[in-house]
Amino acid sequence: MHDSPITAEHNPALRHHFSDMAQQKNAASLGMWLFLVTEIMFFGGMFCAYLIYRLAFFNDFSAASRSLDIRLGATNTAVLIGSSLTVVLAVNAAQSGNRKRLVTYLLATIFLGCVFLGIKAVEYKQKFDEHHVPGPTFDFEGEKGAAEERPVVQGHAQLFFVLYFLMTGMHAIHMIIGVGLFSVLTLLAWKGHYTSSYYTPIENSGLYWHFVDIIWIYLFPLLYLINRHH
Amino acid sequence: MATVAYPSPERQNYLNQEYGIKSWLLTTDHKRIALLYLLSITFFFFIGGFFALLIRLELLTPAGDLVQADTYNKLFTMHGLVMVFFFLIPVVPAVLGNFLVPIMIGTKDLAFPRINLLSWYLYIAAGALMMHCMLTGGVDTGWTFYAPFSTAFTNTKIVEAGLAAFIAGFSSIFTGLNFIVTIHRMRAPGMTWTRMPLFIWAHYATSIIQVLGTPVIAITIVLVAAERLLHLGIFDPKLGGDPLLFQHLFWFYSHPAVYIMILPSMGVVSEIIPCFARKRIFGYTFVALSSVAIAVFGFLVWAHHMFVAGMSVYAALIFSMLSYLVAVPSAIKVFNWTATLYKGSISYTTPMLYAFGFLGLFTMGGLTGLFLAALGIDVHVTDTYFVVAHFHYIMVGGVLMGYLGGMHFWWPKISGRMYPEGWGRLAALIVFIGFNLTFFPQFILGYMGMPRRYWQYPPEFQVLNVLSTAGSTVLAVGYLLPMVYFLWSMRYGKIAEDNPWAAAGLEWMTTSPPPTYNFEETPVVDFEAYDYENIKAKEAPVAR
Amino acid sequence: MSEHKASIRFYLGIFLTLLVLTGATAGVAYVDLGPLNPVIALGIATIKALLVALFFMHVYGTSERMTRVVIVSGLFFLMLLLGLSLADYATRAWS
Repeated sequence: MHDSPITAEHNPALRHHFSDMAQQKNAASLGMWLFLVTEIMFFGGMFCAYLIYRLAFFNDFSAASRSLDIRLGATNTAVLIGSSLTVVLAVNAAQSGNRKRLVTYLLATIFLGCVFLGIKAVEYKQKFDEHHVPGPTFDFEGEKGAAEERPVVQGHAQLFFVLYFLMTGMHAIHMIIGVGLFSVLTLLAWKGHYTSSYYTPIENSGLYWHFVDIIWIYLFPLLYLINRHH
Repeated sequence: MATVAYPSPERQNYLNQEYGIKSWLLTTDHKRIALLYLLSITFFFFIGGFFALLIRLELLTPAGDLVQADTYNKLFTMHGLVMVFFFLIPVVPAVLGNFLVPIMIGTKDLAFPRINLLSWYLYIAAGALMMHCMLTGGVDTGWTFYAPFSTAFTNTKIVEAGLAAFIAGFSSIFTGLNFIVTIHRMRAPGMTWTRMPLFIWAHYATSIIQVLGTPVIAITIVLVAAERLLHLGIFDPKLGGDPLLFQHLFWFYSHPAVYIMILPSMGVVSEIIPCFARKRIFGYTFVALSSVAIAVFGFLVWAHHMFVAGMSVYAALIFSMLSYLVAVPSAIKVFNWTATLYKGSISYTTPMLYAFGFLGLFTMGGLTGLFLAALGIDVHVTDTYFVVAHFHYIMVGGVLMGYLGGMHFWWPKISGRMYPEGWGRLAALIVFIGFNLTFFPQFILGYMGMPRRYWQYPPEFQVLNVLSTAGSTVLAVGYLLPMVYFLWSMRYGKIAEDNPWAAAGLEWMTTSPPPTYNFEETPVVDFEAYDYENIKAKEAPVAR
Repeated sequence: MSEHKASIRFYLGIFLTLLVLTGATAGVAYVDLGPLNPVIALGIATIKALLVALFFMHVYGTSERMTRVVIVSGLFFLMLLLGLSLADYATRAWS
């Protein structure tokens, strides 16, 4: 292994503390997976809160869950899975060195990401109109029950919506970051920055996006499908 | 190839490679970043120490006569926040780890040098935010900021302090991530896992905790901020929320966090003892695997901070038993260090004095932890000065002593100069005396029932409190001395050889200070770690 | 990272499978299966997550063992957080 930092023909993207592109790519990939593990633990705290409160207040959580619009939730799930497909196709295009297809699929991903966020905004507006936003204006109609129980049911339902807004909100923040990330990558890709021998940022950003998709894959049944058959 | 006995300081190294403020503030050299951290972390150590001094001053007398109760709450909160997040967690990894990890495994830099620099800037941003928070009113919840006081009742600047801790957490995560990737992917040829210095194993284990644990405190801070700012009452009992959920999430990180603090210092001790006993470490594999075991088991015990909080007694039993389990790997290390000393050829240099101090004080701190892990005893001493003494024995007697030992051991490598050995030994002695005078009385105070975080106390506790405060002034002197003579040595210190201690390890096989890319040629490792049988004093092997 | 390049048809196949599973989980939610409902819902979610991880994230077929170690570790520690916290809540009423 020699040490002179510049050889006649190394990949211009090679950073000089690495000995070759393979080591650099491996390192970047491992780094991204480690970052995703931090994200698992980050969301994990909220999943922990969700688990505990759902077990404690199942009936009220079920009632609150049924007030969510399952069609919007399912549609969003499909949209997000679709955007994962476009990401995979973008990586595939980069692997082939096909700049135009790469840019196309990156743009498609951004578009689908924005569709998801738009549908989310519609849902949030619905919740706002129905007074399901936690805080001083919260008022959950719920199903018919004993009047004395109403404050307790209200409290538990509010906890559900606290978790709903926290978890989907944090997820949406990650989507926005992802959209921003892909916007930058699209610009760089259009300028020809990525070739079939160097497309690591595309791959690693793809990993991030897929992770955000997986979070939603769990959020959908946990938030929207608690007890639909009641 | 011969060793150069007295290298000229004008030879090109990482310090004189480039001059100017931009070359420091925009550096990606892990060694320069380590020095940037050294300066900023030392600054925050003195801030935290300043709060400690005020606490001890107040506690000279039983009456609350120096500050008001609310102010006292802010003092111990800020002392804790600054010391935990801005000193204890980053100090050894960011200063010694950053400097040494690439060199010890024989590579040019960390895997992600720019992220390393980003880590430092995040630390600075977090620190600035914390300073601003303190100067504009501070926080009074204790560094543990329990709900519901922090979420619903206090009027102090929780969100700002929380944001500072959140940002500092990212700094910590990125450092850990960097170390893991570097250790996995960038070892020199021949550097197998079992040839790595134990310092590396220690930092590897620490990094695992940083990556897995820190995100949970991050989300906890987000939840507290969300409850305060957005009325999302996740811990609010009025909605059916449980304040204990906060404690579960908080301590899931904050207990492993104490292993983030101690493991790197243990790594330092594992380097110092073999060198100054002239013996290979006893039980290398056990020490290495214990580090990883501590990291994993450390995640299993968090609720021992919650025994009297209202949790299930059956769960408390489980956590109590697990807490006894986590002491085992630490004990294994202490036994192995002791066995290394046995029949060794021991020299009492400053780093070795700190290592000895570590051995005794960490053991005491660890054993008193077992007292606390017993449910019955914990009911009596929890939230008293017994706990305060326990964790200060580990944090100050353990982490800080290890850090100071490491700074003295590697100072020649870092600066190219020797510190004055006589002053070094004197300072170590002063630190040891001052430490014990400060914190031993606190065990007694706690057992006698003096609660922690109280600004006044019954008169019968005064004598012990006065002893403790006296000790803290001695301790302060002990900490100031190295500041003075390290600075002095940069100008007037004897110029260091490449390997002044005849120590084993790749870092001693390059120049003092090292060149920017650490080695003139990539080392090839064909020797085991701690090869002290084959290293005679003053004849260190060279693998350039 | 991955040694073989999967075809676009293959990715489309995975995508369609994911859509079908989404529809399935939504549909099954309306059928009363008692305690099995959450099990099935999480089971389907896990299958979907596995499909995304294995084939979209290229975990399947990669030569990097570290990737699998990292993922399993992350999930393990998440289970620790959930499981040991649950140990408290599940047994509080026992006293």
